[in-house]
Amino acid sequence: MKLKYFSAPYLIWMVVFILVPLVMIGYFAFTTDGGDFTISNVSDVGQYANIFVRSIWLSLIATAICLVIAYPVAFILSRMDKHKQGTMLMIVMLPMWMNFLLRTYAWMTLLGNNGIINNILGAIGLGPFQMINTSGAVVLGMVYNYLPFMILPLYSVMVKIDKSLLEAASDLGCSSASTLFRVVVPLSMPGITSGITMVFVPAISTFIISRMLGGGSNLLIGDLIEMQFLGNAYNPHLGAAISLVLMVIILVIMTVMNQFDPDDQVLI
Amino acid sequence: MKKLGKIYLALVLLFLYVPIFVLIVFSFNETKSSSVFSGFTLDWYKRLFNNRIIISSLVNTIIIAVAASIISTILGTLAAIGINSMRRVPRTVVMNVTNMPIINPEIVTGVSLMLLFSFFAARMTLEFGFVTLLIAHITFDVPYVILSVMPKFRQMDPHIYEAAQDLGCGPFKAFRKVVLPEIMPGVVSGFLMSFTYSLDDFVISYFTTGSTSQTLPITIYSMTRRKVSPEINALSTLIFLVVFVVLIVKNVLEGKAAKKRMSGGGF
Amino acid sequence: MENIISLKDIILEFEDNSRVLKNISLDIKDKEFVTFLGPSGCGKTTTLRIIAGFLEPTSGDVFFDGQRINGVPPHKRNVNTVFQRYALFPHLNVYENIAFGLRVKKVPEKEILSRVGEVLELVNLKGFEKRSVHRLSGGQQQRVAIARALVNRPKVLLLDEPLGALDLKLRKEMQIELRRIQKELELTFVYVTHDQEEALTMSDSIVVMNNGYIQQIGTPTDIYNEPVNAFVADFIGESNIINGCMPQDCVVEFAGRRFDCVDKGFDPNETVDVVIRPEDVKVIQAEKARLTGIVESVVFKGVHYEMIVDGVDHKWIIHSTKAAPAGTMIGMTFDPDDIHIMKKTPEVQE
Repeated sequence: MKLKYFSAPYLIWMVVFILVPLVMIGYFAFTTDGGDFTISNVSDVGQYANIFVRSIWLSLIATAICLVIAYPVAFILSRMDKHKQGTMLMIVMLPMWMNFLLRTYAWMTLLGNNGIINNILGAIGLGPFQMINTSGAVVLGMVYNYLPFMILPLYSVMVKIDKSLLEAASDLGCSSASTLFRVVVPLSMPGITSGITMVFVPAISTFIISRMLGGGSNLLIGDLIEMQFLGNAYNPHLGAAISLVLMVIILVIMTVMNQFDPDDQVLI
Repeated sequence: MKKLGKIYLALVLLFLYVPIFVLIVFSFNETKSSSVFSGFTLDWYKRLFNNRIIISSLVNTIIIAVAASIISTILGTLAAIGINSMRRVPRTVVMNVTNMPIINPEIVTGVSLMLLFSFFAARMTLEFGFVTLLIAHITFDVPYVILSVMPKFRQMDPHIYEAAQDLGCGPFKAFRKVVLPEIMPGVVSGFLMSFTYSLDDFVISYFTTGSTSQTLPITIYSMTRRKVSPEINALSTLIFLVVFVVLIVKNVLEGKAAKKRMSGGGF
Repeated sequence: MENIISLKDIILEFEDNSRVLKNISLDIKDKEFVTFLGPSGCGKTTTLRIIAGFLEPTSGDVFFDGQRINGVPPHKRNVNTVFQRYALFPHLNVYENIAFGLRVKKVPEKEILSRVGEVLELVNLKGFEKRSVHRLSGGQQQRVAIARALVNRPKVLLLDEPLGALDLKLRKEMQIELRRIQKELELTFVYVTHDQEEALTMSDSIVVMNNGYIQQIGTPTDIYNEPVNAFVADFIGESNIINGCMPQDCVVEFAGRRFDCVDKGFDPNETVDVVIRPEDVKVIQAEKARLTGIVESVVFKGVHYEMIVDGVDHKWIIHSTKAAPAGTMIGMTFDPDDIHIMKKTPEVQE
């Protein structure tokens, strides 16, 4: 018996439950209820351009903030003593193991109009501020939830950068800042690109964060899709078309990211 | 410079942990307020344990996670063995499809499966519920098993299989005695990954579940949609505690294993 | 010749209060090839890293060209380092690796081109400019590392066991080449190694270190012929070190016999270490000898045989072109000036 036949059960599974459903999205996107070919679903997506722009914009901001916060964290972690690194990494990643809905719920109670932050601010005579149900709250929720997705890939690339490379840079005349830009950043590029995709993809497609922290006024692509399948707007053909466009957007962004990724790089 | 780094790290940790600790503190609050602490109580925990919906969805979640991770570990390990002995082109094709549920946004995987299940539901006696959930979970779990087993084949000395046969093992025995132990760490980590992903999944379950079979994340979601209730806080505290203990145990075990490796090696 | 680097009373403690360097003072002359030699953990690399600026001494002063440079960060020091595992930048090709330091200093592109070309010629790597560094052999990586440091025209080049990862033949070649480069460019080289042979062949001056102390500073000949203590003698070459005493000037007693020697100036009957190199022990017939032993083992080493001979209270190690079979009794003798007498326990310790 040949070893390659071991994969037969999975191959069937893969075709039925991965490929066929994706093909169905394509099929639904280009058909009417009656099964006739149409492009009106896809062209209808244009009506929601503002939601697309908002989703892309908010998730780009969240991704950028994650990168800025995570980069120093990953670097500091990667330069710690080896035996402290494991523990510290665990502490940083622990909140990620809490259910995502609960983490978002935590911010709901913090940001609310009668929430703790407004209470504290009120005690010193400030506010109350409208924080929940704003686009800022949505970005905050994205950053909070997806920050570990940025830290982890950055850390795992940086930990492979040998200390002697940083010393060599400094020996050759680099200040700390120029060591960062000439050595650390280029060498951590694979971590940066995979961190960006790992934050951007869930951020642009979320519907929980916008629903829990954004109120009704900050709809994202995810909300739009959800509404077509489970909401009042029920229209799976439009939903499939929106999903298709979302996949195309992500594909484009990932292709762009891959341009920055030197693929034959081996860390010495 | 070092001090600055420590302060920075502390601030980021504060950002990550303060919301969770606030949740925990208010799980002991007498009133329903989530901003003013008025007195200590364990009432919310009592209510939580008497909440039939939560308990039954917890049981559901565990059943599904166990079943899905066992099935996907078997399916995925067999798949990895097979894919590994494929030629280059079919292997690349299969791996690209396998990566799709990982790369695609969860919501797309969720609605695509929903479309498939609706198709069957309309034509056969398939109902949204336990079966659809299980299929969906297996579908997003298997790729993680495959991805954690495949690298073990790369790291393995390709000649050990032949060496075992040379020393008198039949092909099946050689596989069981030599290859399986080598890929075992990947199988185990694949299993653990699928188990945790299944426990935690909300988005895909949300689109593939029916009214009969709810998982804990879905119950949590419907609770947060209704009035704010400190029961959620109590639940969060318990989940945090479980996660904390599991990670500590894991860390200690790994530390011990690393030490053992270090003292075992060398001269 | 001027001192280019001086270390004065350098002490270095790590965070756990363990002392790595315990009072190091030394002067390095301009255009000299100095080697720090010692076993691993002796503090030689640590001393080098203090000169480079990667470590700050807990106390003591570092002078460069007469100026105190404590606290000056590495990138502002006029020294460059060749790292143990080369530390080439994996994201840059050969040319860009070498040009790195010049780019940082914003040297004009035209000058970079010519200076990189010069050093590439110096290390025999012309034509490798576009090559990615992980497509180079160990020896070629080594040359890039040297070129990358030299292109900055440092006054002092620090080399941290640069040949450690190379095979024997390549190492010998590179030793000669490094020496040539040092002479050609009239630079000061500070070289760290644990290989005594390497130290002896290359250096103008050797600093032997152990346990965070300097044991001896001297020319290779000095160190080899006149080791100041048993540690240096043993480390520089395998040696026979025997307990003895000096009844009077030019006479030493060990193994129950008296021998003539050339050392004087010891207290009467002072106990001493007697050091005799394996190649200085002459094998003669047992009946004619005052000192005898039974051959335990004989190993052919190419140029000579190495014999372990069981004497009365010492196992002798002997290098000789003649071999006696194991189990036979042989006699041993030495010339008076091959017997080196050393004061007891003067190895520098706490």
